[in-house]
Parts: sequence; C-alpha cells; structure tokens
Amino acid sequence: MTDFISSTANPTEPDVLVERTSGGFFDHLIYVLRGNPITLIAFGMFAILVIAAIFGPLLAPYDPAVSNVSIALQAPSWQHWFGTDNLGRDVFSRVLIATRLDLLISVAAVALSFVIGSMLGAIAGYWGGWLDSILNRLFDTIMAFPLFVLAMGIVAALGNTVENIVYATAVINIPFYARLVRAEVNIRRDAGFALAAKLAGNSDIRVLAFHIYPNALPPMMVQVSLNLGWAILNAAGLSFIGLGVRPPTAEWGIMVAEGANFIVSGEWWLAVFPGLALMFAVFTFNLLGDGLRDLVDPRRRT
Amino acid sequence: MMPGRLKTILLRISQSIPVLIGVVIVSFVLTRALPGDPAVYFAGAAADENSIAEVRAQLGLDKSLPEQFLVYVSDLMRGNLGQSLSTGQPVTQDLAQRLPASLELTLIALILSCSIAIPLGILAATRPGSWIDHLCRVLVTAGVSMPTFFTGIVLIYIFYYLLGIAPSPLGRLDFIYIEPDRVTGFYLIDAAIAGDLETWWGAAKQLILPSITLALFTLAPLARMTRASMLSALSSDFIRTARSAGLTEGSIRYTYAFRNALLPVITTLGMVFSFTLGANVLVEKVFAWPGIGSYAVEALVVSDYAAVQGFVLAMALLFVGLNLIIDLTYTAIDPRIGFASR
Repeated sequence: MTDFISSTANPTEPDVLVERTSGGFFDHLIYVLRGNPITLIAFGMFAILVIAAIFGPLLAPYDPAVSNVSIALQAPSWQHWFGTDNLGRDVFSRVLIATRLDLLISVAAVALSFVIGSMLGAIAGYWGGWLDSILNRLFDTIMAFPLFVLAMGIVAALGNTVENIVYATAVINIPFYARLVRAEVNIRRDAGFALAAKLAGNSDIRVLAFHIYPNALPPMMVQVSLNLGWAILNAAGLSFIGLGVRPPTAEWGIMVAEGANFIVSGEWWLAVFPGLALMFAVFTFNLLGDGLRDLVDPRRRT
Repeated sequence: MMPGRLKTILLRISQSIPVLIGVVIVSFVLTRALPGDPAVYFAGAAADENSIAEVRAQLGLDKSLPEQFLVYVSDLMRGNLGQSLSTGQPVTQDLAQRLPASLELTLIALILSCSIAIPLGILAATRPGSWIDHLCRVLVTAGVSMPTFFTGIVLIYIFYYLLGIAPSPLGRLDFIYIEPDRVTGFYLIDAAIAGDLETWWGAAKQLILPSITLALFTLAPLARMTRASMLSALSSDFIRTARSAGLTEGSIRYTYAFRNALLPVITTLGMVFSFTLGANVLVEKVFAWPGIGSYAVEALVVSDYAAVQGFVLAMALLFVGLNLIIDLTYTAIDPRIGFASR
C-alpha cells in the first residue's frame, strides 16, 4: 500500500508512463493512417486551411478591398481566377483572405465552449448533487431551443457584432462539451486511481483537474474537430442573414449572401466560390473528426 | 396495461414543464438584455425626458425585474408577444399568419428526406461494401458539409437559370395564380380543398426546390443513423435466432430488425427537426419564402426586437412540443420504454 501511494505521488512515474503510451500512440497513429488514407488527406486539407489563414494576405494577388468598376462582374479568367464581383473586386483574393476571419470566429467560439463546458461539466460530474441538477436543467433549456434560432436571438439581444457571434456560437455548443465531460468525470469519480490520488493528499480540485479530467480529453478532441465545422457553418449562416460581419468585410457567409443576388442573372462565381471554400473547410473538419475518432476509439470505427 | 401506459405518458408530459419554464426564462432574459432602451425606441425621435419616462411606465419597464417577469408571463399566457415595430401588428398575429408557410415547407422536406434516407440506410446496412453503401457514405459526408443556403443557391442556378425548369424562386406562389382561400394556410391542402388543380400544381412547383434544399441537409444524419442502428440490429442475437428458426430474409429484415432499429432513428429525427427549424430561416431567405424565418430576418434587419423574441420563443415551444410527441411515439413503438429512469 505504501508503495502504491508513493508511486502515484511520485511525479517521475507518470512521466515514464506518458512516454511509453505516447510511443505507442505514434505507432498507433501510423497504423491508423496507413489503414485510412482519408485521414491523411484530411490533415493535408487542414494544412491548406491553416496556410491560407496565416499567409492569406501575403498570397492574395489583389487587394481584396480595392474596387474597380470598369472590371466589374467578369467571369473567371487567368487574371482573376474566381472572377470579379459587382464592384470589380477580385473574388479569389477575398475568398483567400476571408479564411482567417472564418477560422478565427469558429476557433474562438469552440475554444470558449470547450473551456466553459469542461469546467461546468467537471463540476457537475465530480460534485453532483444540486449543482448537477441545476446545471443539467440549464443545458436542457439551451438544447430545448433550435440551436441556430437561439444563436439568432442571442446576437439580436447582445448586439450585432462579430464578438457576439462568437459568444452566441459558444453558448449553443457548451451543453455538448459539458455533457461529455460530465459523463467521463462521473464514471471515474470513485475509480481506484482517483481515490488513491486523494489519499496521497491531493485536493479535490487537483484530483479533478490533473487525474480525472485528462481522461476526457480524447473524446473531447473528436468533438472539437466535428464542432469546428459546425461552428463555421453556424457563423456563416448568421452572417448570411445579416448578423455579425458587415460588408465590405470579406467573410464567406456574407459573400455568398451578396453573390446570391446575382445568381438569377447567371453570375454564379460570386456566390459559388466562397460557398465552395466554406464547404471545403467544413468537410475538412468533419473528415478530421472521423479520423480522430478512429484514432482514439477503435470500437466506433465506421 | 393501459393505466401503466397512461402514467408513463403523464409523467413524460410533466417532465417537459421545467424545460418550458426554462425556455420562458431564457426568452425573458433575451428580451431584457436588448442593447439600448426600448422606451427611447418606442417614444420616437422627438421624445423628451418626460415622454420617455411616460412610455417606460406604460411599457412597465420602471418596475423591478421579478415584477416585469410576472407581467411578461401573464402576457404570454394571454398569447401577447408584444407589437411588431415594422408591421404594426401584434407579433402573435404575424407569426400565426406566417407559420403555415414554414410548416408546409418543413414537413414536406422532412417527409422527402425520410423517404429517401431510411430506405437508403436500410439498403446500405443490408449490403455492406456494395455501391449503395458507398453512395450512402458519400451522401452522408457531403450532406453534413453543405451549408443549406449554399445548396439552395446552387439549385436555383442549375434549375432556374441554366435549365429553366424551375419557377422563379420568389415566394410560395407565382403571381399568375390566385391564392387559395385560407382554410389551413397550407397552400397544397387549401388548393386541394378548393379543387383547384392548377393552383395546387403552381404551389407544388414553388415548393420543390426549397424542400429539396432542406431535405438534402437533413438526409445525412438520418441515413447515417438508420444505417448504424440497422447494422447493430442485424448483428444481434435475436436476429441470429430468427435466422436459425428459418424465417424468410424479408421478415427478418423488416419485422424484426427494422422495428428495433427504428428507435434511434426517431431520436435522431428530433435532433434533425431542430436543425431544420434553424436551416428553415436560411432557406426562407434564399427562396424569399414568406414564413416565420424570413419574418425574423426582416425583423432583425430593422431591430424589431419584439418580433425576433417572439419568433425565438415560438420556435422553442414548437420544438419542445415536437420532442414531447416524439417521446410519446416511443411508447407506441416500443412498450418497454418508461420515463421514470430519466
């Protein structure tokens, strides 16, 4: 018994364990990637998105804000790969530059709901009782709304800004994270390793944060990836109906909305290219999420 | 037997009450969190301190928050959601007038997507690895990545602009037709009641593209869930027993496996309905559909908050009601279900 306690309290022991499992993890990673090349493609697509988000302004061939009415509404050509819009702005440059804003909105929203959802879920799962009941009722209430509609209501109430789009998207995602963490924490609350850590003199918060919570991280990563795609769709949908991002800012949802006015007269490139970019991003995150799920949970492989 | 089931049903209905209370509280909080002062807004541009205070008292905004909440709830009880700034009518009346348009679209889309997704899921599950399984997988992955508003625009471009076979994407009925007399508000039903086939076809034509757009969006989760639950049902012990007892493949599939696979599919249907109500807003904007979604979008543009909050509340109530119906259908499909454990 003394041996057991000293080994769990000894900080070097878990390190050895982590190293051993991470070596196994990389073997496993290579094994899964070999079996499922689509995940590899998804990582490649993700890299393209990240590069576009970071270096977009450097790579864009034209200034996305400069309008030139003499070249308005030109079809795609070698000069303007994605054509020009009604003000003569280069659609390719605008689509490229919008990557950063769209990714920022969704990453910020998902990060917020990840952090808040983790804390609330961990509290509800570890201490239980009335706190658990109240938090559960709260999540039930949020989920009782059609989520996109609730996001609309929140943005309308808080004011029509980009930050509020982030907050609204975060709020509607919190229940998913919180429930996941709650379940993962709850089943390990009285597990042997948690009790041992507590006997070794760790405080409740420490046990929760460093011993129990990390077990919830793998399924959380899958959720994050699937959620990122959904958050992008959500944010683009909100700006499509005129919330949050305002013209002339380049953002995929609003570009599709502006381009929609020209679709009935045949100028398809205004709406189609930003729409395709949006699909590409969502598709990437969904593929990535499926791949990550294979990685962390082999039983649920499809 | 019957009293037990009745008890289950009553229990389930009582369980939706806390959620309803929560929904009302959230919508109250959203109403009070509005940027700016509604009293200033309602008093108009030429208002001075006194008239603003007067309007504030008139609106009940000078009372404490709990008092305001009671007033809000009692207004709700009487079906009063306030006055819309843009139409000048009570919000309840506006919503009631536009709701059938949204419901008609949503229901047709859901029927369409169920009638494709469920057979597709079953076929994919019974023939794993076949082309139909791959088709199912491609549809599922592509479907969840398609922004609804984008699908709608692409469909308009192909079928209206390029092929010219779809009517112009503006509203529920082309102006050459006369609106059918309002009985239910559903144009297809009203036109059928009036026996006006031409108008019926006109309304159906307008419905095709928007409902396909919505259906494509909802296809993916339904097909995915049907396939997964059908696969797990088919690999379970009772199916093996049924096979060894020499039942025909058809009766194994549809009488035994499908019935058991249906439950998770119906759960998914509830979630899908939530997505559809949200996506409705976008599709209605794309197709200029005069439903409650486009009403809310118009209200958002002119900061008509009473209308927006009324819309959010109406949607939530609709969704809570639908979830209740779905849970009650469970008891009809699967008598083993009880709600006491939740």
